[in-house]
Amino acid sequence: MTFDVDYAIRILPTLLNATVVTFQATIWGMTFAVVGGLVLAILRMSRFRPVSATAGFYIEFIRSTPLLTQLFFLFYILPLYGLALSAFVTGVLALGLHYSSYTAEVYRAGITGVPRGQWEAATTLNLGPLQTWRLIILPQAIPPVIPALGNYLVSMFKDTPLLATITVLELLGTALTEAGLSFRYLEPITIVGAIFLALSLPSALLVRGLERRFATR
Amino acid sequence: MTGARSSTPGGVPVPIDMAPTTAAAGVTAVRFRSVHKSFGAVRVLRGIDLEVPTGQRLAIIGPSGSGKTTILRLAMTLERPDSGTIEIEGELLGQKRVGDRLVPDDERHLRQVRGKIGMVFQHFNLFPHMTALQNVMLGPVNALGLTRAEARTRGLELLHVVGLEDKADVHPRKLSGGQQQRVAIARALAMRPRIMLFDEVTSALDPELVGEVLTVIRNLAHETAMTMLIVTHEMKFAADISDRVIFMDEGVIVEDAPSSVLFTNPAHERTRAFLRAVLER
Ligand SMILES: Nc1ncnc2c1ncn2[C@@H]1O[C@H](COP(=O)(O)OP(=O)(O)OP(=O)(O)O)[C@@H](O)[C@H]1O
Ligand SMILES: [Mg+2]
Repeated sequence: MTFDVDYAIRILPTLLNATVVTFQATIWGMTFAVVGGLVLAILRMSRFRPVSATAGFYIEFIRSTPLLTQLFFLFYILPLYGLALSAFVTGVLALGLHYSSYTAEVYRAGITGVPRGQWEAATTLNLGPLQTWRLIILPQAIPPVIPALGNYLVSMFKDTPLLATITVLELLGTALTEAGLSFRYLEPITIVGAIFLALSLPSALLVRGLERRFATR
Repeated sequence: MTGARSSTPGGVPVPIDMAPTTAAAGVTAVRFRSVHKSFGAVRVLRGIDLEVPTGQRLAIIGPSGSGKTTILRLAMTLERPDSGTIEIEGELLGQKRVGDRLVPDDERHLRQVRGKIGMVFQHFNLFPHMTALQNVMLGPVNALGLTRAEARTRGLELLHVVGLEDKADVHPRKLSGGQQQRVAIARALAMRPRIMLFDEVTSALDPELVGEVLTVIRNLAHETAMTMLIVTHEMKFAADISDRVIFMDEGVIVEDAPSSVLFTNPAHERTRAFLRAVLER
């Protein structure tokens, strides 16, 4: 079997279009994970034990089960309870939930890195808890963890092909559909690999750059 | 007394309006009633009874680990007593009375009482992501509800008082230790506290920077009527500035006397031994 360049060029536009879906899934999933992870991290650090324990259990639970399982769970089980979301939304939800348990731990590292004296200074200025988080703690906790968040962004991007398993026509799903029609797998799958490589590599370099920038604070 | 050459803090009048003085002089600013505090098995405070009248300058001295910092941290609500009560101008701090029981205070009242107190830490604890002026403006804008313009005026005025108005837009990491501590003092003053707590505010400083910070506090003592609780290892400073000194050891107040008496003619052997030891250094 040789690589059929003409065929590859013919399917390229379709696959590039599908890359847009991959992008959208990553961006929405990451938005979810960036916000959800922060909320989880703050709940996890609550002084009210039931809240912190629940958040802690949730984080551990999500981290110790595979993303694919979570994806299937949401896709096949939620509709049984009357919650029928589109495949794309389900996929974004799964990515967001899964990765928010990782970003939560990243944020937590950033938050515990803020010295206790900063909390205490906020108390002497009579700030409330929300003001303390917003004005004092998060502005110091987040910049150092931006590179780690960036790493998860790249990971999530590379996990999006899993959405093909629940019928989302992202890059891999589209490639498989093409392959099913032509019975040629070499070209579609090779292109998928090439596109991922072309996008992941610069992102990884960007994260490296962020690391250097935030390391020297 | 050197350090910041740009403007020395010495001799600048302190334009600090104290919060309206409803409490007449002679009223108790801070009162501890049999306060106990342990950390794990360590009994840090073993029954502290202390009454600080409004306007008094109280120096707290004693060996390391005797519980001096803990007293200030309790008064600032950074710790809670295991037992006993603390009152600020006659109001319970962090607790309220329900029937004949004491329960944790509600947030609103706690903040109202805490608003009367300011604290300066040994390690400054400035906010590193903000300029000097932003540090000083933060409390007034967010806790007191001043407009940014008002807070800015107040902030610049206070930076002037501590001799640092030319450093308003500088971040803490670009300031010397002495300058950082002076910003921290301005930040505390911006809340217009009626009671100021100073916890070894010079012991993290290089020796040549100690003077500029002590000068600022001396000026404050001369120009205002603020009640001050000052934990310090600088005995000369303590003797100069305070009306009264308590000597602490192992979680109890061993000696409590006017500073003119305690430093010259201490009544207790432990006080004498401590003073001898620190003066020899
Ligand atoms: N958060 C804490 N957890 C455990 N132990 C503590 C804590 N804070 C203080 N201690 C202990 O309590 C004792 C008294 O502490 P405190 O800081 O009040 O002493 P101090 O008189 O201020 O001493 P120094 O002159 O060294 O500052 C020390 O033995 C200290 O180790
Ligand atoms: Mg101390």
